[in-house]
Amino acid sequence: MPASFTSAADLIRLLPEIILTVMGTFLMVLDPILHKRSSRAFGHLSILALAGGIGGSVYAYAHAGPAFGGMLMVDGFATFFRVLVMVVGILTVLPSYRFLNRQDAETSEYHALLLFSIAGQCLMAAANELIIVFIGLEISSIASYVLAGYLRDDKRANEASLKYFLLGSFATAFFLYGVALIYGSTGSVNLIAVRAAISGQNAPEPVFLGLAAALMFVGLGFKVSAAPFQIWAPDVYQGAPTPVAAFLSAGPKAAAFAVFLRIFMTAFEPIGGGWEPLVWISALLSMTIGNFAALLQSNVKRMLAYSSIAHAGYVLVALTARSETGTAAAMFYLAAYALMNIGAFAVVSHLSGRGERYQNIDDLAGLGQKQPLTAAMLAIFLLSLIGVPLTGGFFGKFYIFKAALDSHLYWLAVLGLLNSAVAAYYYLRILVMMYMHEPGEAVEAVEPLSLGLRAALILPAMGTLFLGIFPAWVLDFAGKSAALVK
Amino acid sequence: MTEVPISWFLTLSAVLFVLGVAGFLFRRNIITVFMSIELMLNAVNLTFITFSYQLKRVNGHLFAFFVMVVAAAEAAVGLAIILTIFKNRGTLNIDDVDSMKN
Repeated sequence: MPASFTSAADLIRLLPEIILTVMGTFLMVLDPILHKRSSRAFGHLSILALAGGIGGSVYAYAHAGPAFGGMLMVDGFATFFRVLVMVVGILTVLPSYRFLNRQDAETSEYHALLLFSIAGQCLMAAANELIIVFIGLEISSIASYVLAGYLRDDKRANEASLKYFLLGSFATAFFLYGVALIYGSTGSVNLIAVRAAISGQNAPEPVFLGLAAALMFVGLGFKVSAAPFQIWAPDVYQGAPTPVAAFLSAGPKAAAFAVFLRIFMTAFEPIGGGWEPLVWISALLSMTIGNFAALLQSNVKRMLAYSSIAHAGYVLVALTARSETGTAAAMFYLAAYALMNIGAFAVVSHLSGRGERYQNIDDLAGLGQKQPLTAAMLAIFLLSLIGVPLTGGFFGKFYIFKAALDSHLYWLAVLGLLNSAVAAYYYLRILVMMYMHEPGEAVEAVEPLSLGLRAALILPAMGTLFLGIFPAWVLDFAGKSAALVK
Repeated sequence: MTEVPISWFLTLSAVLFVLGVAGFLFRRNIITVFMSIELMLNAVNLTFITFSYQLKRVNGHLFAFFVMVVAAAEAAVGLAIILTIFKNRGTLNIDDVDSMKN
């Protein structure tokens, strides 16, 4: 242990978390002063904080290196995920202006909780020690439990919040037990030290290690909503306020996958042959259960929830590959997925009306006639979710299956491709509903796009197309960062 | 005087953890389910302390403190959520909290 506890370099490397936490606290203090008079200011301030956080993480990357005695590792990998979760944050705030206004629920807590949750996710992205992972995970989760039940008089939101809370804490306990076993068997919780202990001369009991890895897999599996730990996702996404559901489907998931990659590719890499079958099965189950259950849904949010389970399955395919290309593919896919999914949820948020009445697939009927721009944006997101060329989703899937083939996972790749074909059906159903039916009650009642919503649709759509046309730019960075996770 | 062997502590914490899991899965009252989660976290704390003692390193103690802080935060949020459930539905039976199906 070094004598001096913190240095300026340490603090610079923690800059994004500091900015978000300070601004979140500031927002809560500001609430009684500004309340009701200019509630839009809360939104502006949180966008400012997130933009500052992105700037902060880029600045931290310029001073890359370990911080706080190796507890944090600020490298390309951490920066990639930090920027990703903060972009997700901005894209969550943008549609929230109109949403909160419509539900008469404009307070600063909403934005403060969002910032705290994102701060936790940034910490997870940079964590290099299992206890820090745990703390980041809990900062992120506890704030998002509250966010899920933010509309506290809404029965569905309560239920979503309760289910998310109970299953989330249950999962965390599993993860933590895994951490304790790792601590006991290797004497350390630092990922690099754990790796050294596992591959060293007197390696710990394989039974202990296997148990620890399995427990941590269960915990993280819950967080990324991978089958067979996916049961909470549909209820939570359906019941939570739509912008929050969008956030939950992208932010915490990306951060949990970041942790997943770091733990399993760094610390548990030497026992890779042991955990590979577990991830293989989970990947296949997630894809199959997610896609087939999504076929049966009539509620759009619920359908997107099942589709997000399936997408977690695709990312797990990349993890199963256990290679640098696999890690890079997972990173690229998570970026593309975050943009397209959050965009699709923004459309649902726009359409749902007061009290979130309109959430069914039928309610989208005729959107193409009434609001061509909204419909066109949703079409881009859906085509990307299917994986049509020229969209980010296509290259995401392409790189994932390529990584799987490179690692000789032929069956998994074939089954994954078949799954994507099934998925096309339920996304196309929405497209048909939008363009080939007469406008229904919901679409007739839809308001014109507000400025925030317009930005919330156009920005991710541009991002999706950018990833689809110039994938190399992001993929190169992902590839370089993936090499660091070793 | 003979010492209590380390393995006894580890066995005890494993038993407590499994009891917590069983309580989570089979109890129907939301408060009891929540208490089961706390039991699991405390089982983990016992494991941390045991290993810390065995390894003669103090950081395991620190981890236990972190876990306690997090568990307290979780309890604050969890009880608030349970309270809103009770206010809106007048029940604490977990099977009655099931309004979302397709």
